[in-house]
Amino acid sequence: MEEKKKKPVKGRDFDSLSGADAVAFGMRQINPDVVAAFPITPQTEIMERFEKFYANGEVDSEMIRVESEHSAMSAVVGAAAAGARAMTATAANGLALMWEIVYIAASTRLPIVMNVVNRALSGPINIHCDHSDSMGCRDSGWIQIYSENGQEAYENTIFAVRLAEHPMVRLPVMVCQDGFITSHSVEPVNFIEDSKVRKFIGESKPQFSLLDVDKPISLGPLDLFDYYYEHKRQQIEGMENARNAFLDVAREFKRICGREMQYFEGYRAKDADYVIVVLSSTAGTAKEVVDKLRKEGKKVGLIRPRLFRPFPYAEIAKALEGKKAVAVMDRSDSFGAQGGPLFLEICAALLNSAKKPKLADYIYGLGGRDTAMEDIEKVFDELMSGKSKPLNYLGVRE
Amino acid sequence: MARKKEPLAICKTLGGWKGIKPAGITEPGSASELRTGDWRSQRPVHLKDKCINCMLCFIFCPDCAIKAKDNGEKFGEFDYYHCKGCGICAEVCPVNAIDIVDEGEAKEKEAKGKK
Repeated sequence: MEEKKKKPVKGRDFDSLSGADAVAFGMRQINPDVVAAFPITPQTEIMERFEKFYANGEVDSEMIRVESEHSAMSAVVGAAAAGARAMTATAANGLALMWEIVYIAASTRLPIVMNVVNRALSGPINIHCDHSDSMGCRDSGWIQIYSENGQEAYENTIFAVRLAEHPMVRLPVMVCQDGFITSHSVEPVNFIEDSKVRKFIGESKPQFSLLDVDKPISLGPLDLFDYYYEHKRQQIEGMENARNAFLDVAREFKRICGREMQYFEGYRAKDADYVIVVLSSTAGTAKEVVDKLRKEGKKVGLIRPRLFRPFPYAEIAKALEGKKAVAVMDRSDSFGAQGGPLFLEICAALLNSAKKPKLADYIYGLGGRDTAMEDIEKVFDELMSGKSKPLNYLGVRE
Repeated sequence: MARKKEPLAICKTLGGWKGIKPAGITEPGSASELRTGDWRSQRPVHLKDKCINCMLCFIFCPDCAIKAKDNGEKFGEFDYYHCKGCGICAEVCPVNAIDIVDEGEAKEKEAKGKK
């Protein structure tokens, strides 16, 4: 594809692209050694666009078209174990089919980057956005980054390569964006120059390679009660190290991107009394509501975690302490739990806080149920009037 | 291949989680150091007088736990470090030259013999 040169913004090219296209464009710049994928709505557009780059010879990647997502993840695991920089993408049931190997990728410490286009898990069958797919594997040992829009999905994808390959981390990264809402909506996306991206990600330096015949190793052996626990402990440490590594890589990334990559985004939250915590695209809508209510003199704000695994509990707790009330919005439920996954994290983060705000969870948007400004305004209204219950279902027909 | 260490000793020398290689990476070919003989509840015993050195047991053993001698022409010995006691060798032996005995009893006998 020819890079269309439109109005340059701060020295960067920009184009109107969907979230999926933006990520594919990022993958072209990353130029991974191996890409394996199987189509699934709404991820298909990413790989479709990437295949065009591949067909046009714009990338040197080895493209493996597999017969299922289980094989897609297996192929990138094999490639990464051979020392390659490997990427894939999936959504919903595709991710569910990968499940077994998703865990193996993390515990084998393979720095794979996977784009997940969030979509509701079946059944009943549904192709639209909620977070049940990626939230289901929040305990799989993958780092998870959630993107608000196409611009961020693009930047997070490039960023994720370095975070995954950080020598103190060595864990796979899932970059999530909202299905259709982000993946298929066309918005202006600012690009970083190819040369800058290439320089930023650099050569991959695999920790080990099965193809290195001078240093032969056995990988993936039987690891029973004698050493499995120690290997898990190492994995926990890798995930903990990702907190500092995130900031390390963010400092470097700022130099090429100009933007500060943070654990979470606070929007007019510092002096707010009432705060909504929400992931991904809904934050865009919520910001509009915050602006509207601020004009009316109401002290409201927003916090949007970008990093979900490892969860920045200390930093988020600090940002929420002393607020009057906080509504957490969850686009998936953890059936039988005391709220959705994000709510449980926020509760845990504030567990020992002396200045704990009143907390409420709002399950919303399941299966792509539209969440408009009025819905979010309702959350703020209930929060401010003290009407919100500990667990609420927003936008469901009663 | 010469066996260097006892498997339990390997675990001890690997040390704590901070020092070991990640993701269970081990030396190549290290599966041979795992003492699968520990799993055995029955033990094959070679009856030298009956054996005709047909080497069927050698061919059928799924764990390469029968060692041949004289250029592979004669039965050498059982590798009890790896033999899981499956009994296939005794099953295929055409002249019943392999007895299967209880592992616990065999161990007791060995212990008495040492005293």
